[in-house]
Amino acid sequence: MRELALHILDLAENAIAAGAKTIQINVTEDLARDRLRIQVIDDGSGMDAETAARVIDPFYTSRTTRKVGLGIPLLEEAAEACNGELQIDSKPGKGTTVNVEFQRSHIDRMPLGDLPETITTLVISAPEIHWIFRYQVDGNEFVFDDEPIKNELGDIPLSEPGVLAYIRSVLKEGVAEIQPDPSENVLLKN
Amino acid sequence: MPTVKSLDDLKKIREEALEKRKAKTTEGRAQVTVAMGTCGIAAGARDTMKAILDTIEQDNLTGILVTQTGCMGMCEKEPIVQVVVGDQEKVIYGKVNPEVARRIVEEHIVKDQIVKENVIPA
Repeated sequence: MRELALHILDLAENAIAAGAKTIQINVTEDLARDRLRIQVIDDGSGMDAETAARVIDPFYTSRTTRKVGLGIPLLEEAAEACNGELQIDSKPGKGTTVNVEFQRSHIDRMPLGDLPETITTLVISAPEIHWIFRYQVDGNEFVFDDEPIKNELGDIPLSEPGVLAYIRSVLKEGVAEIQPDPSENVLLKN
Repeated sequence: MPTVKSLDDLKKIREEALEKRKAKTTEGRAQVTVAMGTCGIAAGARDTMKAILDTIEQDNLTGILVTQTGCMGMCEKEPIVQVVVGDQEKVIYGKVNPEVARRIVEEHIVKDQIVKENVIPA
């Protein structure tokens, strides 16, 4: 993965697979303390302490099609390479929170990437889930909650072109307004 | 499409969509599913999804349901897209980059022309 946004997408997929009904994604850029924090919080099936500890093992996976599960081990490695860490809080029957933190200015810290498109992907293609996205940069905050939009639309699908354009523009503008460094969205070409 | 931001604008969009639905005659529904396992994401599935959504938005196509699923077990063929048009048999495509994704929407879904080069045989 070359963007943190893709890791966020991966963590959200885990939450969906865990049967979550509400998934909250928090991204915090703390410029003062030079930290970048990501949290994916779900109310799915959760894991006992033993399973939660094994998730970091690349040879542990819940899927039956393959014997490796690389999403979380690779993210943890990326965090630790940037003076950061990954930590999982989970309770069976309650849900799971994955916390990952990086030193924001670390030279090896991969760019945040395209957050608006990532959130759009989740909201449109997993409409049965209540999505909440919170993006904080120091004192500024942008919150996207898909519930008011779904209530307003009734049974009109989210993939209708007009709705799609609406969701994309709300997310793009909300993020752009507080994002400190727009070049975060662009991958540097080698 | 002008940028819209308030829920009032969304009301208008909802009314337009309802009108369109009433006007539709026998246009069948289509469902596009993009595989979003870790393997798919690493292979570019998000950009594949983006291309599908871009095409829907730009060509103003209604009636296409876009969904996702987890790893389908053919990781070396990612990104993978499954298409079901109306009552027809499902078609599974592999190595769907954004260009192929656009073709799947414009040729298979809109014109019933399967993109043969990328089909994964059952």
